[in-house]
Amino acid sequence: MEQKMTRTTFVGGIHPYEGKELSKDKPILDILPGSDLVYPLSQHIGAPAVPIVKKGDRVLVGQKIAEAGGFVSACICSSVAGTVKAIEPRRVVTGDMVMSIIIENDNTYEEVEYPAVRPLEEMTKEEIISCVQEAGVVGMGGAGFPTHVKLSVKKPEKIDYVIVNCAECEPYLTSDYRRMIEEGDKILEGLKVALALFPNAKGVLAIEDNKPDCIELFKEKTVDESRILVRKLKTKYPQGAERSLIYAVTKRKLDSSRLPADVGCVVNNADTIVAIGQAVLHRKPLMERIVTITGDAIKEPRNFRVKIGTNYHELIEAAGGFKTEPEKIISGGPMMGFGVFELDLPTTKTASALVCLTKDEVSLLEPTACINCGRCLEVCPARLMPNKLSDFSAKHKEEEFIKYYGMECVECGCCSYVCPAKRYLAQNIKSMRKTVLSKRKK
Amino acid sequence: MNTLKKVSSNPHIRGKVTTNHLMLAVIIALLPACGFGIYNFGLGALWVILITVASTVLTELLYEIILKKPITIGDFSAVVTGILLALNLPVSVPWWICVIGGVFAILVVKMLFGGLGQNFMNPALAARCFLLISFTSIMTNFECDAYTGPTPLALLKQGEVTNVYDMVIGRCNGTIGETSMIAIVIGACFLLLLGVIDLRVPGTYLLSFVIFVGLWGPAGFDLQYISAQLAGGGLMLGAFFMATDYVTRPVTVKGQYVYGIFLGLLTFLFRIFGSSAEGVSYAIILGNLLVPLIEKYTRPMAFGKRRGM
Repeated sequence: MEQKMTRTTFVGGIHPYEGKELSKDKPILDILPGSDLVYPLSQHIGAPAVPIVKKGDRVLVGQKIAEAGGFVSACICSSVAGTVKAIEPRRVVTGDMVMSIIIENDNTYEEVEYPAVRPLEEMTKEEIISCVQEAGVVGMGGAGFPTHVKLSVKKPEKIDYVIVNCAECEPYLTSDYRRMIEEGDKILEGLKVALALFPNAKGVLAIEDNKPDCIELFKEKTVDESRILVRKLKTKYPQGAERSLIYAVTKRKLDSSRLPADVGCVVNNADTIVAIGQAVLHRKPLMERIVTITGDAIKEPRNFRVKIGTNYHELIEAAGGFKTEPEKIISGGPMMGFGVFELDLPTTKTASALVCLTKDEVSLLEPTACINCGRCLEVCPARLMPNKLSDFSAKHKEEEFIKYYGMECVECGCCSYVCPAKRYLAQNIKSMRKTVLSKRKK
Repeated sequence: MNTLKKVSSNPHIRGKVTTNHLMLAVIIALLPACGFGIYNFGLGALWVILITVASTVLTELLYEIILKKPITIGDFSAVVTGILLALNLPVSVPWWICVIGGVFAILVVKMLFGGLGQNFMNPALAARCFLLISFTSIMTNFECDAYTGPTPLALLKQGEVTNVYDMVIGRCNGTIGETSMIAIVIGACFLLLLGVIDLRVPGTYLLSFVIFVGLWGPAGFDLQYISAQLAGGGLMLGAFFMATDYVTRPVTVKGQYVYGIFLGLLTFLFRIFGSSAEGVSYAIILGNLLVPLIEKYTRPMAFGKRRGM
């Protein structure tokens, strides 16, 4: 397939310090977990999963331990063999206490017998989607939206793009990069499964141009693939945000009232696509993911293949521990991740990284008066007026907030990043969005 | 590892640019105009600049001390206001004019409305207009050691021919900072390169002014006349340093074009049909008053939103 190699992007965005050099050349290292693994029942968007094991049960690797709590939900499978030690609330990265299944690892890694694998060609669409559902696959880029819901499009023939989000636009993160370099075939495998669902779609690997080696690699790998193409994107945050990515690849625009499928697109993150491939072609549930442990406070920044449920402490130890005592630890990237106040937390399906920073620059900054410079408007990928929205939020003006399209915000944080007055723009907007959303739910 | 780490809502990193950096950049960009003013009008110009800056900064400081508010003079915005006001004064003004102007700019126009970011008019320009109305003869007295004649714009208004070359260089009469087009443009280029300002407002302002003057001015599209109009008076200083003032220009992109055209129109009307030769200051402060309205009607459409939805 002849490939156009012009660089595409979206309007707005920022260029923060990338920090990827710390870990990008470190190959993926498999690590085994210690004693207790914690599986929060809610590590996805939608209803929490429902436990189907009880205290004292012995479970095997790959065994389902919690059933999806509805259609928009995902099941959870054990990543180790061992005994269910407790089902109790545990803290997760957001700071909330979430009901979790705790399994004591017996280090045997005895696996369940996975269902027989059938050739992709013989499977119906419903079968493929149910494999994904049974594997508990969710969006692993951070949002955690159940993947089988995303794939269950009303009119699959209307989809013309299956986009693999390989942008990895968050600073410091290198897990997708390592995945592409080391396990590119798994990504292509997964993409082919997704393409089997959408007969008229082209598969697009969307990669930022700060990863030229990945672009070259996939160009070579897909020379003979008529349905897969590689797209070079300008390196810019938030290039990987769904709507920005769709626009960069297809020039189609959508707002919050529509889904990607409404403009003929299905978008999945690179890691998620791999999980889809594993679920359908090998019938393996989602049990592990790649996590980047990095930051200037880490002795040896690395990329690890981690059993989901592993305690963060173990990941830090595996990376040589701390070089200096960190002031700030972020689960996820520094733009959209969560600041965590302790490390006694489990790795979840959506945990892409731990960024440990020696200095917490944010806590040193004092917000000053807005000088109306307009930088927040310029960088906003949703083309909003963050200055006004933040003001409405502070003054509890809900109607104006909605009128000025506050609900279109994608919470990327660009406005707060560029603000010369260091105002809490994204933070204010987010809190008002939460208020409005919770009222809508009622 | 017993201590709890700091948490905060994302993003956890910030850009390096601060308000101070922006203000410092503007101050640096104004230095060529200041320097040329001192060279052109003598050391008297330096005194005007120093006294005005001292009065703006001290006014802000005293106001905040008396009202027990946080001290904000460190953001340098008062310095910018002081320099801009001084550059808009004739060199012959007595010291107390500088002080009254400085106090008015900061106290009345800025602090009473809530300080930085809350003023609805450019403080320096509002102070200049206040002084022009209150002390007209002092403010329009362009007699000084270096020059005795009227300003080039006044000559132009009387239908006389001016030396455009001298006007571009700045070797002519006027307020301290407005005479040299070259010095102002050098400073403006510095700000443009740093991305502190963009061409949206000054570009549309100057372009629309040229078009209006060309279409309905006394000399049509006469190159000599139009160049003299561009280089003369406070147009360059106004377009690049005062119409671009963040606080008092529309924040929306479309609004900035509307604002630029509006300023061009007003400046054209004041200069060609007004009784005075100059009109930039009035045009900009009138434009400032329209900013909330312009912003309201030029609200950008959110990404992906379709009209009527």
